[in-house]
Amino acid sequence: MGAPSIIERLGILADAAKYDASCASSGTAKRNSKGSAKGIGSTEGMGICHAYAPDGRCISLLKILLTNHCIFDCHYCVNRKSSNVRRARFTPQEVVDLTLSFYRRNYIEGLFLSSGIIKSSNHTMEQLVETARILREEHDFRGYIHLKTIPEADPELVHQAGLYADRVSINVELPTDSGLTRLAPDKDARQIEGAMGKVKNDVIEAKDARKRFRNAPRFAPAGQSTQMIVGADAATDADIVGKASRLYDNFRLRRVYYSAFSPIPDASAVLPLKRPPLIREHRLYQSDWLMRFYGYKPGEVMQATEADGNLPLDIDPKLAWALKFRERFPVDLNCASREEMLRVPGLGVKAVNKILASRRHRTLRLDDVALLTQSITKVRPFICTVDWRPVMLTDRADLRALLAPKQEQFELFTA
Amino acid sequence: MSRLAKDPASECWLVELERPDDFDAWRDKARIFVQAGVAPASIVWSEPGASGELFGGGRAGLPLPAPDAPIVRANRRFVSLARNAALHSDPQRFALLYRVLWRLQASPRLMEDKADLDVRRLEELDKNVRRDSHKMHAFVRFREVEDAQGERYVAWFEPEHHILRANAGFFVRRFANMKWSILTPRGSLHWDCETVSEGPPAERSDAPDGDPTEDLWRKYYASIFNPARLKVGSMLSEMPKKYWKNMPEAELIPDLIAGAQRREAQMVAAGALDFEDRPESLAAIARAIEGCRKCPIGALNNQGVMGEGPQGAPLMIVGEQPGDQEDQQGRPFVGPAGQLLDVHLAKAGIDRSAAYVTNTVKHFKYVQRGKRRIHQSPSAREIDTCRWWIESERAIVQPRLVLAMGASAARGVLGKTVSITKARGTPITLEDGSELWITAHPSYLLRLEGEARDRQSELFDADLAAVKTRLDEMSC
Repeated sequence: MGAPSIIERLGILADAAKYDASCASSGTAKRNSKGSAKGIGSTEGMGICHAYAPDGRCISLLKILLTNHCIFDCHYCVNRKSSNVRRARFTPQEVVDLTLSFYRRNYIEGLFLSSGIIKSSNHTMEQLVETARILREEHDFRGYIHLKTIPEADPELVHQAGLYADRVSINVELPTDSGLTRLAPDKDARQIEGAMGKVKNDVIEAKDARKRFRNAPRFAPAGQSTQMIVGADAATDADIVGKASRLYDNFRLRRVYYSAFSPIPDASAVLPLKRPPLIREHRLYQSDWLMRFYGYKPGEVMQATEADGNLPLDIDPKLAWALKFRERFPVDLNCASREEMLRVPGLGVKAVNKILASRRHRTLRLDDVALLTQSITKVRPFICTVDWRPVMLTDRADLRALLAPKQEQFELFTA
Repeated sequence: MSRLAKDPASECWLVELERPDDFDAWRDKARIFVQAGVAPASIVWSEPGASGELFGGGRAGLPLPAPDAPIVRANRRFVSLARNAALHSDPQRFALLYRVLWRLQASPRLMEDKADLDVRRLEELDKNVRRDSHKMHAFVRFREVEDAQGERYVAWFEPEHHILRANAGFFVRRFANMKWSILTPRGSLHWDCETVSEGPPAERSDAPDGDPTEDLWRKYYASIFNPARLKVGSMLSEMPKKYWKNMPEAELIPDLIAGAQRREAQMVAAGALDFEDRPESLAAIARAIEGCRKCPIGALNNQGVMGEGPQGAPLMIVGEQPGDQEDQQGRPFVGPAGQLLDVHLAKAGIDRSAAYVTNTVKHFKYVQRGKRRIHQSPSAREIDTCRWWIESERAIVQPRLVLAMGASAARGVLGKTVSITKARGTPITLEDGSELWITAHPSYLLRLEGEARDRQSELFDADLAAVKTRLDEMSC
C-alpha cells in the first residue's frame, strides 16, 4: 500500500482534530500585509468565521493535527496508542502549503496546529514550531496561528512557539487530578500547570519588554487558552467552574474551552458511552460568560448549582441563581445600578447599556423595555418600571416551571 | 412678486444622488436643506436606477439657506451610524437619515434614546449592513486563474447591500501581494498589487468555475464536522442559505446532515460499548461476560471464564486470561500455570481458597493450529475493553490488596502499561484505597529453563512473601 495522498491525509488529520472545541481567531495584534514585499494576510482584532459546519461550530482556522500517531495512551482520546484509527502524518512544509493555498482563497483566518506525540515530546514540539517558522519567516504570513503546545516539551521550545504564534494553548484535559490520573495515565497535572505558568510569565515579560523597546518581539499576543473535557469523569459543574476560575486567576488565560466528551470511534472501555451532554457544555459556557462579562464570582456560579453540584440543564445559570436569590428582585430599571441590572435574567450587556442610555431621556415603561430587550416575558418577573411591578411573582413556587423553556432541552437526549 | 417670496421650505424637492453608496454627497446636500429649513416630508431622495418619476414634479437643484441659518449639528455617533446605514439597499434610507438629522437639530441627544423608532430603524440598517460586510469578509471565495500575466484570484459574490466599495480596504490589507478581482451584480473591484480599480456590474458567468483546491477544502469541511453534535439551526443562523450557492463547501451540507445520525449510531456501536449500570453481583457479571462480544476474543468459539473465590476476600489475584484448560472447564487457573501458582502460594503461606482469583481478560484468545489452540496475548484494546469487568469485580469483592500477575493484569487494573521489572516490590495505592502489587505471571516461569527459571522463581517467591506480610499487617 502506497502512502496516502494529501487529500486522504487531510481527511484523517482533520477528522482527528474535530474533537478540539476551540476555534477562535480573535484578540491578537492588528497587522496586515500592505507595504510588505511578499507577505500575505491580516488580522484586524476580531476573528472571522469563514464557514459553519452542520454541528453549528464555526470554521475560522485550518484545524489539523501534524500527525495522529501518538505514544501516549489517554482513554478519552481517539488518537491514543491503543486505538485502531488510521494513522497519517504531514510534514511541516505540507501543512504550510495547505494553509497558504486555503488562505489565498479566503477559506480561513490561519492555522490551528496540534499533534499527537511522536518519538518524543521535544521532537513533536520542534515540528510544530518549524511549521510556524516557515509560515512566518519564509512566507511572511501575517494571518493567525494557534499552536497547541506539548506540556512535556522543553520550555525553550514552548517559548519559541509563542514567538511565532498568536495564541498558544495547553490542554488541562480533565477538571480533576484524579480524572487525569485515571483517564490520561501518561499526563501529569503538575507538569501541565507548570507549562501554563511558564507561558504566563513569558507573556508578561514580553509585554513588559515592549513597553521599553518598541521592537521587542511579541509573544503570543492573543494569550493562552486551555480546554477540558466535560462528562468523561465524575467531576461536577461546581468542580469544573472552580477549576476554570483558578486557571483564569493563576495563568491569566484568555479562554477556557469546554469540550463535551463525545463518543469516539474505538472508544476505551473506561469511558461513559452516552451521547455527548451538549447542553451541559452550553451551561458551562454560560457560566463562564457570567464570570467574564457579568461580574459573577466563581462562588456565586457555584451557588447556582443543584444539590448534586451540577448546573440545572433546563434553565440557564443566571436564571438558576436569580431563583435562589429572589430577595434581590425585582430590580427597578429606572434607578438600579448597572451591576444590579446585569443580574436580571434575560437582560444582556447590550440591553443594559441601552436601558442606561435611554433612561437619561425618559422614565422607562414596560413597553419601552420591551423594545430594548430580546424577550419581555423572561424579564418581567424580575423588574419594575413606572407602570409595572411583579405582584408576588418572585415568590411563586412555580416560577421556575413558568420560565423554563418548554421542550427544547429534551431533544438533545433523544435518539 | 408673491410667487418669488414663496418659502422654499414648503416646496417639494427631488434630490438625485449619483451613486447608491455616496454618503458624502448626501451629507453635503442634507446640510444645505437643513439650513434652508426644508422639512423631511418635502424631500424625495432618489438614487440611480430608482423610479424617481413616482414622485415627479419635485423641484431639482438646491434651496438657498437662510442667511442667519445656524450651523447644522450632528454628533459623531450619528455620523458613523449614518455612513454605514447609507449603504443599505432600503430605498427609504436617505429619507430616514435626513429625518434623524432634522430632528437632531432640536434634540441633540436623540441618538441616546434607544426606544425612539427612527433611532431604532437607523441602528437596524447599520446592523444589517455590518452583518452583510462581515459575511462578505467571510464568504468571498477566490478561485485561482492563470493568464498571460500570471496567477490571479477571482471571486463572485452577491452582497445584499451596497457594501462592495466600502469593503475594498479589507481585501487590500489582507491580500496585498495577490492580484484579485471581486465580481458582484452591483459592480466589481480589481486589485493589481498597487491600486484598486472599479468595474461595471458583472454576471456570474464572468467568474471562473472551480479550482482544484476546492476538493481539498471540501474534504477538510466534511472531516472537521463532528456528526455527534448536529446543530443545524445554529449553522443556519450564522450561514444563511442565501450565501450557499457561491460557497464550494455548501453543496456537502445536505448529505452531511442526512448521514450524521447514521454515522453517530455507527460510531457508538462500533467503538463504544453500551455497558449499562455496573452489575450488582458476581453472578450477574458471570452471566454478562458469557454474552460479551465487545472485542474479537469474545467472538471466538470459547466461553467466558469468571473469577472464583469468596466475596469480601482481602486478596484478589489477577492473571492474564484463561488458557485452553480454563476455557474447557470454565474456571480460572486450573491449567499448568494455575498448578504452578498453587505451589508458590502454598510456599508463601497464602490460602488460595480465601483469595479471589480472576483474569484480566475473560475469554481465551487463541489461534487454531491443526487440533491445537495456541495462546495469543490480548491486545491493549482488548484489555481496556475488559477493564469494565475487572473493575466491576473489584467493586463487589472489595479486596484490600490486589496482586496483578504480568503486564496485562497490571494494565487491566491501572489502565496503563507498566514495566514489571520496575513496578514489582513497590505497592501502588489505588483510587479506592486498596493496594496494588505487581509481579510476574507464573506462565512466564513455565517458559524459562535452568538458572533463569530458578532466579525468577526466587523473585516470584519474594513478591508473594511480601504480599503475605502486607496482608498480615492489614488484617490486624
